[in-house]
Amino acid sequence: MSGKPILHYFNGRGRMECIRWLLAAAGVEFEEKFIEKPEDLDKLKNDGSLMFQQVPMVEIDGMKLVQTRAILNYIATKYNLYGKDIKERALIDMYSEGVADLGEMIMLFPLSPPAEKDAKLTLIREKTTNRYLPAFENVLKSHGQDYLVGNKLSRADIHLVELLYDVEELDPSLLANFPLLKALKARVSNLPTVKKFLQPGSQRKPPTDEKKIEEARKVFKF
Amino acid sequence: MAGKPKLHYFNGRGRMECIRWLLAAAGVEFEEKFMEKPEDLDKLRNDGSLMFQQVPMVEIDGMKLVQTRAILNYVATKYNLYGKDMKERALIDMYSEGVVDLGEMILLLPLCPPDQKDAKITQIKESTTNRYLPAFEKVLKSHGQDYLVGNKLSKADIHLVELLYYVEELDPSLLANFPLLKGLKTRVSNLPAVKKFLQPGSQRKPPMDEKGLEEAKRIFRIK
Repeated sequence: MSGKPILHYFNGRGRMECIRWLLAAAGVEFEEKFIEKPEDLDKLKNDGSLMFQQVPMVEIDGMKLVQTRAILNYIATKYNLYGKDIKERALIDMYSEGVADLGEMIMLFPLSPPAEKDAKLTLIREKTTNRYLPAFENVLKSHGQDYLVGNKLSRADIHLVELLYDVEELDPSLLANFPLLKALKARVSNLPTVKKFLQPGSQRKPPTDEKKIEEARKVFKF
Repeated sequence: MAGKPKLHYFNGRGRMECIRWLLAAAGVEFEEKFMEKPEDLDKLRNDGSLMFQQVPMVEIDGMKLVQTRAILNYVATKYNLYGKDMKERALIDMYSEGVVDLGEMILLLPLCPPDQKDAKITQIKESTTNRYLPAFEKVLKSHGQDYLVGNKLSKADIHLVELLYYVEELDPSLLANFPLLKGLKTRVSNLPAVKKFLQPGSQRKPPMDEKGLEEAKRIFRIK
């Protein structure tokens, strides 16, 4: 009996946020069950709901899927956001994985030891402006189309635009020299489903602050 | 013009080994161009061949693909090792990602500072026996079939068996209580394409030793 997907995670961005973005952009309504204390996570583990004892976990179409990429791949396929053939999928995967590499650095940054923070931030800025943003700007420049792959919205565009918002939160000046990326960000943000998700009151989660990190540390015991 | 896929990496396992395993298991012949000094990596970068200035990179079907998962997904789809529908793909992805999580810990072990190594090895062994191997043993037990998904060989089986070989290299006793995994390892190892890959003289790479680690650090300019 398939109802809405149910997302199991704590009430913060973490590794679930990209899944929220993709579902929202696809126009799919979803429910969330928040893990608020360690006992909630224990319960999921003891239920046998988590194949590797970890979240994110998404209940969807009779499955209890774990592993972020498995969940994203399924949603993208189901809602036609994964290109039209094997070669388009290869490009989408290549671009999405590049986004994930930079996204991972940004996500883990709040967790770095205070003594390492400045160096880490410098590295993130450097990679953003010298490696990742130029690569994606080049793709858009190469074909002049509105979307990264196949002249059609795909998960690659959604993951990238989510990343651009994260980069902007870190430092808006990082986007300065990337006009095509700024245009993609504006274009995707104006799609009705994305526009709705970007408004206050949606299921999009706010930036992770100190309080949120402490909550995560308690729930996930790290 | 489609010839053999061409793998660009250094002459070691690293992040390319799972791609070598998958191609080999699929019976696909491939060529390798080894980077031997930092200048070889610079050349690839300056050529514009590496989208994110990184390897692995595989030239295949007119594309220069980077990002391990992009390459693996393409190879798996092309050679029918990715299940028959989206639900099978979801299971294959879930299992493959679990393999990657443990595999990544093992892969990065040589880079661990000496004073942290023992603790890291203990953690890896604990995760292996308490989290990952039980999860996969349970899958095989649940359906009693020869392969993890859809009663047919898929990338998930190949990635898992490769991992089991690394676990065995770390400590053979770790596999002791997992009879179905041992059965899978044997079964997959006996497939003609895999059997060939497991023999000396194949393109399979040996475990990394001190010399290989120094070479990798030099080429990739890691301190």
